[in-house]
Amino acid sequence: MLDAHRLRADFAVFDELVNGKPVAFLDSAASSQKPRQVLDAMREFYEHSYANVHRGVYQLAERATAGYEGARQKIGTFINAPEAREVVFTRNATEGINLVAYAWGLVNLGPGDVVLVTEAEHHSNFVPWQYVAKRTGADFRLIPLDENGELELTALDTFDGDGRVKVVATTLVSNVLGTVNPIEHLSRWAHDRGALIVVDAAQAAPHRRIDVQALGCDFLAFCAHKMCGPSGAGALWGRAELLEAMEPFNLGGHMIRRVSFEETTWGDLPHKFEAGTSPIAEAVGFGAAVDYLEAVGLESIEQHEHQLVAYALERLAELPWVDVYGPPADRRAGLVSFNVEGVHPHDVAQVLDWEGVAIRAGHHCCQPLMRKLGVAATNRASFYLYSIPEEVDRLVDGLHKAKQSLG
Amino acid sequence: MSEFDQLYRELILDHYKNPRNHGLLDPADARAEGQNPLCGDEVTVSVRFGEGDTIDEIGFEGRGCAISQAATSMLTELVQGRSAQEVAAMPKDELLDQIGIPLTPVRLKCAILGLGVLKLALHKAKGTPLPEEWGTAANELKLA
Repeated sequence: MLDAHRLRADFAVFDELVNGKPVAFLDSAASSQKPRQVLDAMREFYEHSYANVHRGVYQLAERATAGYEGARQKIGTFINAPEAREVVFTRNATEGINLVAYAWGLVNLGPGDVVLVTEAEHHSNFVPWQYVAKRTGADFRLIPLDENGELELTALDTFDGDGRVKVVATTLVSNVLGTVNPIEHLSRWAHDRGALIVVDAAQAAPHRRIDVQALGCDFLAFCAHKMCGPSGAGALWGRAELLEAMEPFNLGGHMIRRVSFEETTWGDLPHKFEAGTSPIAEAVGFGAAVDYLEAVGLESIEQHEHQLVAYALERLAELPWVDVYGPPADRRAGLVSFNVEGVHPHDVAQVLDWEGVAIRAGHHCCQPLMRKLGVAATNRASFYLYSIPEEVDRLVDGLHKAKQSLG
Repeated sequence: MSEFDQLYRELILDHYKNPRNHGLLDPADARAEGQNPLCGDEVTVSVRFGEGDTIDEIGFEGRGCAISQAATSMLTELVQGRSAQEVAAMPKDELLDQIGIPLTPVRLKCAILGLGVLKLALHKAKGTPLPEEWGTAANELKLA
């Protein structure tokens, strides 16, 4: 069992006062806080092992390369990737999805093809596919959600009549609803039709064990900054044979095998997709974040967040003027979106800020989903390994204040 | 004054809970709508002119945070009886003074949404200038 109070000592930010009060940070789904173990690893790397990676013949460059490639190994093991060369460093999850949409989608999609995404997608896994479908003449279709915010799987087979389903793009965990999507089922369904499946794991990788082989997916994207690591580093995992067959995404230094006046050939995986100098120390920090999460235990993290979200749902249910979106606690990851009757989320978030409670208010980069829910925006409280039940209580106290003053 | 009173002082709360000139005019001489894509605030403004391009009647509808809706309500009182040219030239500070509280850059866009929409409506009906001087703040608002 995870001891959140003990883990909080690793995060200096919890000593901060916000508006004179200790911060109750309930916005980890947007970006997590960083433990000193990750910050120390990055500082250590900069002070003792830093140079540009690859090709350097001197000692420091070798150390830097070992740190960078070591991080790739850790990340590959973290998601049970068959091979580390299938892990491509990106800037963030969005860039990983764009890589697939451009380098695979633009080449392989055309009229008569169907691109399938869910109604719950973050813009990062929605806009690239909508754009690529439009560019290639493919049909862009949406897997609907039911009233619980879960995918209507019975609707899947209706898409067969629309054309050849070539790619299914879905999130593993919804950043608004906390829904956990049945990726194994979707992978089988997609593969039965010869389609690929691309998974956005930005909200999943920080919070639960990911096994790309068990999920059966073809691509999976996530980022370091939501999982105790630095911003500026993400990872795209893809099946080697697919990555090998794909065109490059960014072109320039490092991604080449040979360049002449006449033509250029591409380097091997993963370098073909890593043009230019990578976020080197950030990748090392990413690796340190993986170490940190593994030391705490992904299963413990998931269980801890599950208890918190169950408690939050229970407390919010006491408030008849609060609408909660998404599935029940037993099928939900550690976040909850809600609205306070008669009070705009921005006003709710403002009042909570004065109480030292940090939540997110807005459309959460899910405008299509907001429309589906029939709201302009929601409030969202999200939990992580350092979240404690007292913060849920402070949230509920703050909601009473917002309702009293504005509702 | 507590921070709460500072931001949501009585006048704003009053305009938010009892918006003035609420409801769209039909028919109207000028009409436009706008959104703040950042937070989903929406405002539609309609205007009827009297003699000499004077704003005789104005009505609005919208949904969004207390700041965006209260500011638009205040605006409707501020511009009644003024000419389209005068309102087109009205600096945003005149409205912000009326609101009377410090606003962060994020909330500033909520506050000036209604004014931007009104200036667009006047532009469409009377060819008055658009609020270009707002720079990026106005560019980020989606007006139609």
